Amino acid sequence: MSVFLQYLANGLTMGSVYAIIALGYTMVYGIAKMLNFAHGDVIMIGAYISFCVTSYLELPAIVSVLAAVAVCTALGILIEGLAYKPLRQAGPLAVLITAIGVSYFLQNAAQLIWGATPKNFTSIVSFPVPEGLRAYNVSAVGIVTVVACLVIMAGLMWFTGRTKMGKAMRACSEDKAAAQLMGINVNRTISMTFAIGSALAAIAGVLLCSYSPVLQPTTGSMPGIKAFTAAVFGGIGSIPGAFVGGILLGIIEAMAQAYISTSLANSIVFGVLIVVLLVKPAGLFGKYVPEKV
Amino acid sequence: MAQRIMSVEHINVYYGAIHAIKDVSFDVDEGEIVALIGANGAGKSTTLKTLSGLLRSTTGAIEFMGEDIMHTMPDVLVGKGLAHVPEGRRVFQQMTVEENLEMGAYTRPNSEIAPGLERVYAHFPRLKERRGQVSGTLSGGEQQMLAMGRALMSSPKLLMLDEPSMGLAPLLIEQIFQIVQELHAAGTTILLVEQNAQMALSIASRAYVMETGRVTLSGTGAELLDNDEVRKAYLGGN
Repeated sequence: MSVFLQYLANGLTMGSVYAIIALGYTMVYGIAKMLNFAHGDVIMIGAYISFCVTSYLELPAIVSVLAAVAVCTALGILIEGLAYKPLRQAGPLAVLITAIGVSYFLQNAAQLIWGATPKNFTSIVSFPVPEGLRAYNVSAVGIVTVVACLVIMAGLMWFTGRTKMGKAMRACSEDKAAAQLMGINVNRTISMTFAIGSALAAIAGVLLCSYSPVLQPTTGSMPGIKAFTAAVFGGIGSIPGAFVGGILLGIIEAMAQAYISTSLANSIVFGVLIVVLLVKPAGLFGKYVPEKV
Repeated sequence: MAQRIMSVEHINVYYGAIHAIKDVSFDVDEGEIVALIGANGAGKSTTLKTLSGLLRSTTGAIEFMGEDIMHTMPDVLVGKGLAHVPEGRRVFQQMTVEENLEMGAYTRPNSEIAPGLERVYAHFPRLKERRGQVSGTLSGGEQQMLAMGRALMSSPKLLMLDEPSMGLAPLLIEQIFQIVQELHAAGTTILLVEQNAQMALSIASRAYVMETGRVTLSGTGAELLDNDEVRKAYLGGN
């Protein structure tokens, strides 16, 4: 039983990281209707920024997180403005290919700047974990990650449900021309969405590398793809869906590694995704709103 | 003399190679209901989209409240007092009735939302009953009311309505036109695009007839109702 709870703790930690990344994916998809495949690489940039601030500038951890968030937010706005905005009228395929291009660009830029040799990331969180929890392999990073994930999800639900800007985002996600006729600046709203998604990616990057400390230019790609899977699993575009999808994916992965096979874990994760999509094509929380025309 | 709200001179609009609007000119003065009538494909909706900035004219001039708006973005125009209720209503289906109305007041300060809601609910009591309901579940007539209420939330100087009667049962059409007249009586200037010429002409101060992208006739509502050509082409008379 205690071994099971240890695996569960690991699954929840990774699941929360996936959920934070998936929330960024789902926000951008929901509003801009595009898959930002470079999202995973923004995570990696965020982790490198945090690494530089703590290791080279020797500033406190919290400063490094703020720096990572600031840089990634700016990077998100920049990527959207330079790469995606000119393609607003183009087909989805052109945008998708551009996103893949941006992804490779970021990986190669990181390799030029920081080199291909993996860096050893020092965890930004360290506080004594209560004795009772430590028995189950619960780490300080794990606790912070789960709490951060819950806070972010609740924050996004509040933002999109209660604030003027958040509601304007939902309006843009449904009908951009009608949103414009309400006086909503659609370009600025999309830009804002990328800023939020990229800020979340920065936080995810720092937490991811605090939990599994190897940082290299490809660090973001696998978690990025898995988080995308989690977002689809939960129903892409849905905030609670991304959250539940991320957590479930983390737990399934941890259990598969523990009880079935480490090398098959990824196949099992994606296998579960396929089964879920066969049964519920819109994902767990996919929206089917009855529409009268 | 009443203030000129909208003045359109010699505009031309193309969809790729298709010349959709050909040298169209007209104007709307404060306190009027101006109707654009004509058959399907005559260019009425295209004209409205050009006025609200969703499409661009390659020539001529468009002035709103005396200001050149040829290159103004649609979202900026809303703030200046131009509201466009698009064809097919286009309400935000997954948002509630009240959230849709709040979106209509996007350009207004938050303090205006509550009085705006009160004003809209006074014109459309049905919307008040359904304020918490997701808009996608409303009937066609209710969605039309919501689209009109949403536009009113921006306190427009000019309200442009694109085919408010489309797809509605005759009784509902009467109700919608009744409301249009109420809004007009309450001081709203209205530019109305309609295929239902009879209804539109009966409430219009002035009207323009469009055919294949051109304005071919204009006059007061009463004049056009009596016009032989209009009767033959649009009113099913002889």
